[in-house]
Amino acid sequence: MDTYSVMREFADSWMLLFLTLFFVGVIVWALRPGSTSVHRDSANIPFRHDDKPAGAEDDGATCRKEART
Amino acid sequence: MWDYVKIALYGVVAVCAAIAASYARDFPYQVHAVIVMLVAAAMFLMTVRRTGDPKPAPETGYMDDVVRAGVIATCFWGVVGFAAGTFIASQLAFPWLNFDWAQGYLNFGRLRPLHTSAVIFAFGGNALIATSFYVVQRTSAARLWGGNAAWFVFWGYQLFIVLAATGYVLGATQSKEYAEPEWYVDWWLTIIWVVYLMIFMGTIFRRKEPHIYVANWFYLSFIVTVAMLHIVNNLSIPVSLFGSKSVQVFAGVQDAMTQWWYGHNAVGFFLTAGFLGMMYYFVPKQAERPVYSYKLSIIHFWALIFLYIWAGPHHLHYTALPDWASTLGMVFSIMLWMPSWGGMINGLMTLSGAWDKLRTDPIIRMMVVAVGFYGMSTFEGPMMSIKAVNSLSHYTDWTIGHVHSGALGWNGMITFGALYFLAPRLWNKERLYSLAMVSWHFWLATIGIVLYAASMWVSGIMEGLMWREVDAQGFLVNSFADTVDAKFPMYVVRATGGALYVLGGLIMCYNIWKTATSAPAKQAAPIAAPAE
Repeated sequence: MDTYSVMREFADSWMLLFLTLFFVGVIVWALRPGSTSVHRDSANIPFRHDDKPAGAEDDGATCRKEART
Repeated sequence: MWDYVKIALYGVVAVCAAIAASYARDFPYQVHAVIVMLVAAAMFLMTVRRTGDPKPAPETGYMDDVVRAGVIATCFWGVVGFAAGTFIASQLAFPWLNFDWAQGYLNFGRLRPLHTSAVIFAFGGNALIATSFYVVQRTSAARLWGGNAAWFVFWGYQLFIVLAATGYVLGATQSKEYAEPEWYVDWWLTIIWVVYLMIFMGTIFRRKEPHIYVANWFYLSFIVTVAMLHIVNNLSIPVSLFGSKSVQVFAGVQDAMTQWWYGHNAVGFFLTAGFLGMMYYFVPKQAERPVYSYKLSIIHFWALIFLYIWAGPHHLHYTALPDWASTLGMVFSIMLWMPSWGGMINGLMTLSGAWDKLRTDPIIRMMVVAVGFYGMSTFEGPMMSIKAVNSLSHYTDWTIGHVHSGALGWNGMITFGALYFLAPRLWNKERLYSLAMVSWHFWLATIGIVLYAASMWVSGIMEGLMWREVDAQGFLVNSFADTVDAKFPMYVVRATGGALYVLGGLIMCYNIWKTATSAPAKQAAPIAAPAE
């Protein structure tokens, strides 16, 4: 078979399946039970380090503090 | 040591550019070679003068000077691009503006790519680079990776803009929409883009936050996808090393499909994903509350990038493109409506509980209008991609109206909002110079967009209907010139809308200039003094 047909067949079958499963997986992962607090924490990232990077002294500590809702 | 490498490199580039200028086979190439020679020579001299200076201690704070430069460049190119657009809109209404003395340089055909590239790549691109540098540092809690590489990206990108713009006016173009620059300009942009990607990735790798904030996902997909699109769509072989002309590797319908795969994903990843990165950072910051649903933002991201990449064929309905490909493009365009509106809802609902800010804060008003226009144009787009609608809308002004409600309404307004957010913070000021001016800008821009979009809807639908009108014998009723004549009033309205938009842009430049120079400086946070 020529290259086009081989690639076309692969794209039509396994690649399509892979992409579909990946996409469904992402949605399931985003909506997984118990993830709300993690997402709330991530949503607050913009409110943490406005003026300077996380230094050595407050490393990690500030990252987890005060979740605003 | 590094200084000596740079000196050698600049020297070699300057000499090679001088040789290229003397061997040049065409005028635009010669001009470009001279520009490159001058820039390299200037850099050579600057580096020589600085060599041996004691190195300042490495800084540890956020790297904001390159973001400041980016804000200035965005304002400058914005006004240039808007003004160019208003001028060519006037050229369409009043053809005598294609001056006889400037034929071959300043006529509509030469200035139109100048306008599109100036607003998309110069205004939008600088806004994306500047805000991505700002956002990735804040949300990673880390200084920008790569030190002065960020300056290389900034100045290299300005050089790319200058080479592209002069090339259009002088006639060096490969005639691919939104990808007009010739081969050597494309190569230069590729180098810059790779460095840009390295800086962005490097900063993310350095991050102190465990999670990569969603805005960075959007920015990253914009950088990676644009790199891929740019390289594939610009696969061309130069006719001569000393000439600007190149020949595309693809031909015919393959070339057309590659071009619109590029073209539509330039819209999808440059003008949508990148600017959504802006939305996901600046709207929550300005509203002072986190994004409405972080889960929705994750689904928004993956759905958008999974669907957008297939939508390109809708630009080629009823052409030599196979039917299945154009149907595929149509179906994916319609599906794309869902993630787009998911994102719009996510942006708008971020304000839930803070809607009162719309009354008092013109910046948030700009952002909300931007998100609103995002929603409107992502509804209009899928609708126009339906073959039956497209048979009416294609090749008419409706398309131009659609593009501008997206570009002026969504990209422009969200960028203005981000610039107004950034200006006081970057120049360490208490506040913007004038909120009243922001309000003026808001209303001028909004009314300008409404005039623009409304006139183009009327003109486009009228044009489409006139083109397809046949009499009882099956003959076409209208000649092409009839439609041109009928469109005149709409063209005048459009140019008026554009002029209002330029005026708003000028007010913004003045406001940001005054913010940087004469707004009150930010007071240091008061230190709690013990009571006497």
